[in-house]
Amino acid sequence: MYVYQEYDQRLLDERVAQYRDQTRRYLAGELSEDEFLALRLQNGLYIQRYAPMLRIAVPYGLLASRQLRRLAHITRTYDKGFCHVSTRQNIQMNWPSLEEVPDILAELAEVQMHAIQTSGNCIRNTTTDEFAGVNPKEIEDPRPWCELIRQWSTFIPEFAYLPRKFKIAVNAVPDEDPAIIGVHDIGVQLVHNAAGETGFQVWAGGGLGRTPMTGAVIGEFVPWQDLLAYLEAILRVYNKYGNRDNKYKARIKILVKALGADKYRQLVEEEFAELKDGPMTVTEQEIARIKACFTAPDYQHDVDTASLDAQLADNKAFNRWYHTNTRAHKQAGYRAVTLTLKKTGRVPGDISDEQLEAVADLADKYSFGEIRNSHQQNMVLSDVAADQLFELWTQLDALGFATPNLGMITDMVCCPGGDLCALANAKSIPIAEAIQRRFDDLDYLHDLGQIDLNISGCMNACGHHHIGHIGILGVDKKGKEFYQITLGGRGDKCSRVGEKMGPSFEADEVTDVIGKIVDLYVEKRLENEPFIDTYERIGMDSFKERVYG
Amino acid sequence: MAKVIIDGAIVDNHWQRLDAEAASEGLPEGKVIVPLAFWQEHREALLARGDVAVCLEPGEEPRDLAEDLGALPLVAIHFPAFKDGRGYSYARELRSRYRFEGEIRAVGDVLRDQLFYMQRCGFNAFDVRADRSIEDAVASLRDFSVTYQGDVNDPRPIYRRA
Repeated sequence: MYVYQEYDQRLLDERVAQYRDQTRRYLAGELSEDEFLALRLQNGLYIQRYAPMLRIAVPYGLLASRQLRRLAHITRTYDKGFCHVSTRQNIQMNWPSLEEVPDILAELAEVQMHAIQTSGNCIRNTTTDEFAGVNPKEIEDPRPWCELIRQWSTFIPEFAYLPRKFKIAVNAVPDEDPAIIGVHDIGVQLVHNAAGETGFQVWAGGGLGRTPMTGAVIGEFVPWQDLLAYLEAILRVYNKYGNRDNKYKARIKILVKALGADKYRQLVEEEFAELKDGPMTVTEQEIARIKACFTAPDYQHDVDTASLDAQLADNKAFNRWYHTNTRAHKQAGYRAVTLTLKKTGRVPGDISDEQLEAVADLADKYSFGEIRNSHQQNMVLSDVAADQLFELWTQLDALGFATPNLGMITDMVCCPGGDLCALANAKSIPIAEAIQRRFDDLDYLHDLGQIDLNISGCMNACGHHHIGHIGILGVDKKGKEFYQITLGGRGDKCSRVGEKMGPSFEADEVTDVIGKIVDLYVEKRLENEPFIDTYERIGMDSFKERVYG
Repeated sequence: MAKVIIDGAIVDNHWQRLDAEAASEGLPEGKVIVPLAFWQEHREALLARGDVAVCLEPGEEPRDLAEDLGALPLVAIHFPAFKDGRGYSYARELRSRYRFEGEIRAVGDVLRDQLFYMQRCGFNAFDVRADRSIEDAVASLRDFSVTYQGDVNDPRPIYRRA
């Protein structure tokens, strides 16, 4: 992973001092609520329903074991002993005190972590495929480019007060969208041109939230040297012309839609023309320096896979887990293992201090000391040798992280919802739990196969409900909580926004409605046809009829 | 006399900023900053005066002044609210695209926690909000010793500086 230089560390240390002074001035009454609001948000600090919520940045989801241990220490010392993996691959704490945040930042800075720009109207954490670097389908490791973008976007002065939040994602897999770049403010697709040179297809204007839509291609092929200049040009147009009167119309997607992609592209090209071949041009030397931080670990080249075959044959539970929660790897003899943080009865994405430490130990023992957070709120040990899998599985099972439900209906993405979040219109966690209980039978779950289910407690769509094959959105009607269902969203092969099914449901109806949707799928599916394909084949009307008929 | 930060120092403010209404009632003696519309309407006369500067509001872009920049000693950029970040792009554009070498002054809701960013975008003068300490504000220009990106003062990103 990226290793800090002296200057990276100095920047963080200076940030801690700056934020400490900002907090002091706020507490002393020298900063108004509104003035401090913008400052604390740019540091990931929300004031929530019961307590502040602090969002800690995990650049493109990558963590070292010592960072995980420090997070464990922080959750234990400053919070209630657990934290939450977010859909931006970050870590959230739900109970820190505002006064102690500077101390938390100082603790984080010691392990090269921070909370810079994890909220607010600025460029947020850049995300990517959680299997980046080990995914056999990728054309190149996207992480060095993510790191380049991270540095460029950190405290970028011109774009600190954008019309609205701004999210960038990078994908290096052709014909799939594991980083859901289609629904990002900017999506960056790594491509090779006919000459084999690296470049980027750059999308802009996608986003979820109140007006969900997929983005448009703005740059068909941006040579890698020009990546930052091109991103800056897109941002500059947005900063100047994005709507600032109505926060619901302020995202770049609204501007791209209003101007049209062609006009937006023209404005970008005008800005880009001034920047191209200028000092922003990425140098061979700099990208090589960053790439050197992401080299392959010291893989064994003679992993014994015979023992694995025997274990798979002998143990049904292990076999099921292996086929569900581990996946193919670039390196022969290795697998990438997902730790599902979705055991029934546990809040999706939550992890305790002791579990963080246990995962850190497992990472050290089995996966070169690295961990990734996924945007589906799971964790990944990316480099596990085949002959270690059985041993790892028994330990994960004991921790409750081996539920073999990856990508299935109970591996749901869920925001904190009305239980914790001040923005939410409705609770999401109890809905998630009720659905998990309904689909708790593993044989049934595996028979259903891949179904993405996403739950958001409000329009802000932190649970990415629009891109769930089944999406659930909490809405408020005259003070009562209701749930609206969407079907057909995708965040897998492509990014697609789901369609609303019809009138919303009361909380205690939701599980039965999901049951009816799933039953219809089971009745109508062709052999080996996954849910989303059946939906696309038979269409919304059949589902409507079953649910409302 | 009121104070202002120019090039990192706290100095007397010799410029008086007039809104549209005040300007329409006649310009006082001395250095004045007028709204863009007033400037455009009285351009010839004001150019001849030589001690008149223009203030851009959000939505009024540097290109509206492109022809006149050579003759203007100062361009002010107004922040009605500190959270409106358009002015950052305007200042950068004045420096990088139009090579404006005069004073660029941030006026309005100008607070210390934004000054470090502002100076990197090309502002060299700060009319800090009157109810805040200008001494505190000037210190914030040194909040960071490290920057990743190039800026108008040094266009080289960190990886080209070594």
